Amino acid sequence: MSNHLSSGSQPLEADLDRPLLTPIKRRSFFMYAGATAGATALVLAGCSKSDSSPGTIDVGSGDGGILNYAYALEQLEAAFYAQIKTGTYYTGLATGSAEKQIFDDLALHEGIHRDFLKAALLANSITPLKDLTPDFSTINFNDRTSVLNAAQTFEDTGVAAYNGAGRFISGNAYLALAGKIVSVEARHAALIRDLRTYNTFVASDVVNTFTPSAPAVAGQYAGEGTPNTTPNTQGNGNPGPGQERSKRPPVILQAVNNFLASGSKLSANSFA
Amino acid sequence: MDFFQLLSDLEKADAEFLDRINPRRRVFKYLGNAGQKITTAAVPAVLASFFNRAYGQSATLTAPVQAVLTLALQLEYLEYHFYNTALGIAGLIPSQETAAITTIRNDEAGHINALRAVLGTAAPTPYLVTDFDYSGGSGTGNGPMKNALIPGSTGNTNGALFFAAGQAFSDTGQRAYKGGAPVLNTTATKDILEAALNIHSVEARHNSHFRTVRRAIVANALGSAGAPAVSPYDAAPKSWISLVDNGGPTAPDGSKPASKVYGPGTPATGTPDASYPGEDNTSQAGVNLTTLGSTYTAAAISEAFDEPLDPATVKSIASMFTSTAGKAKGLFV
Repeated sequence: MSNHLSSGSQPLEADLDRPLLTPIKRRSFFMYAGATAGATALVLAGCSKSDSSPGTIDVGSGDGGILNYAYALEQLEAAFYAQIKTGTYYTGLATGSAEKQIFDDLALHEGIHRDFLKAALLANSITPLKDLTPDFSTINFNDRTSVLNAAQTFEDTGVAAYNGAGRFISGNAYLALAGKIVSVEARHAALIRDLRTYNTFVASDVVNTFTPSAPAVAGQYAGEGTPNTTPNTQGNGNPGPGQERSKRPPVILQAVNNFLASGSKLSANSFA
Repeated sequence: MDFFQLLSDLEKADAEFLDRINPRRRVFKYLGNAGQKITTAAVPAVLASFFNRAYGQSATLTAPVQAVLTLALQLEYLEYHFYNTALGIAGLIPSQETAAITTIRNDEAGHINALRAVLGTAAPTPYLVTDFDYSGGSGTGNGPMKNALIPGSTGNTNGALFFAAGQAFSDTGQRAYKGGAPVLNTTATKDILEAALNIHSVEARHNSHFRTVRRAIVANALGSAGAPAVSPYDAAPKSWISLVDNGGPTAPDGSKPASKVYGPGTPATGTPDASYPGEDNTSQAGVNLTTLGSTYTAAAISEAFDEPLDPATVKSIASMFTSTAGKAKGLFV
């Protein structure tokens, strides 16, 4: 199994011979996903596109691809929180203040996620994605508002990314690991949101709202109410009521690439 | 059997057929890429998958999937009735938090709506508030958390005990969804898995807010997320679980009614998808994370990962909050 993962998850440099690599990637993906699958979304997703976007590194396919996708996101988050510590917003925070506690913790958590994912990739004989070069030129690390805005973007993106990637994971051990991480990202996201604007921890831009109505039989609530049906233009349509607006990997990477330097930009063509 | 003719007939009979399949384009992908590979033998399975997706018939849900969704639904009722009841008790929830608890209640209502729809005819009769015992007394009405719904009672100034209970309930929920996710990871239930993940992260967001409010109550700074956490984190916790948060909130009688929420399940060791370590776990997938960096303390590592819980442990926690009437209905049994 790990052989299939390994062959399917090599980082694809943009200037490599794509016509050769792509069929290999797809074939190994089918071997991994299993030709017996009937209506499997995995197979369908694997078939949906055959070209890598120009100038990008593809995260690969199969569970190795998802692990590398997560590793890329955690690299970016860890780099962001490390850089916060160099700006005057962070250095000006009082010892023992809530915000200093929070950003100290976030830097540790994301560093741990990054290092764990790299260790897990290596332990499973999957080639880790290269060290990515971030581009944080749009963020002013000396300004609280700019830092908090960016932190919210990264955390919300992380939650939407893990949730949207879950369906592409075959191995339950990997799914379980993703679940252990995503709820921590959600905790981060909720707190950063509450720091920016209190009571926005589940605002409608990240969670689809639901308005319950009086039960048909008093006291017997059977789910009566109205889900928000406004399409989510930022992602993948509208999720069910009270649910996170998860996004598929290509949608996530479109946004994430804004924070990656040329040569480190990513694609996830196997996970559309 | 002419598969394409069948789809065409279905669309004539039910103009919304294709719209029911979500996402729509999957049908076209399916026909375009794999249609020619469908053998006669495969057609029934393929159709079953289509109909399941289109009409949400519960008959095709396997027993393990049904069990996970039913437990999830029961936990949503536990939360929904708790918040809904609290919103109706004057003076319980501080004014700064009324909007947040209303939103959380509405999210839980949405989860009930979604889970009932997926379960279809297999969904249980709606549970009543009287099916629960929010004192944590397993039906006695006299458990350690009985002040949580009594405004201004001992331990419950500014709703401190109410928010402590909310923290414990939503952490139980997030750990239960995490434990159930691998069961939902089948080719026929990927949409259900994604919905469960999208609920799971919302429970974690709720939990983060409950913890933020608890810090604010201790710091007398309601309506702000700027109050620091205070070690050992049982009364003024971080927004994430640090080790086992010193056993979780303390009840007025000095007990730790939520300690099992943060402890290990059964079994505590094994592969990530079949083991339920306590929240103080520092090893993931065989990697001892303390070896990865000199600044990676056990506390920081434990905070960076939330752990799943097994259904039996979840039920043993939740059944403390079930009334005799609820138990008779099989709630958390």
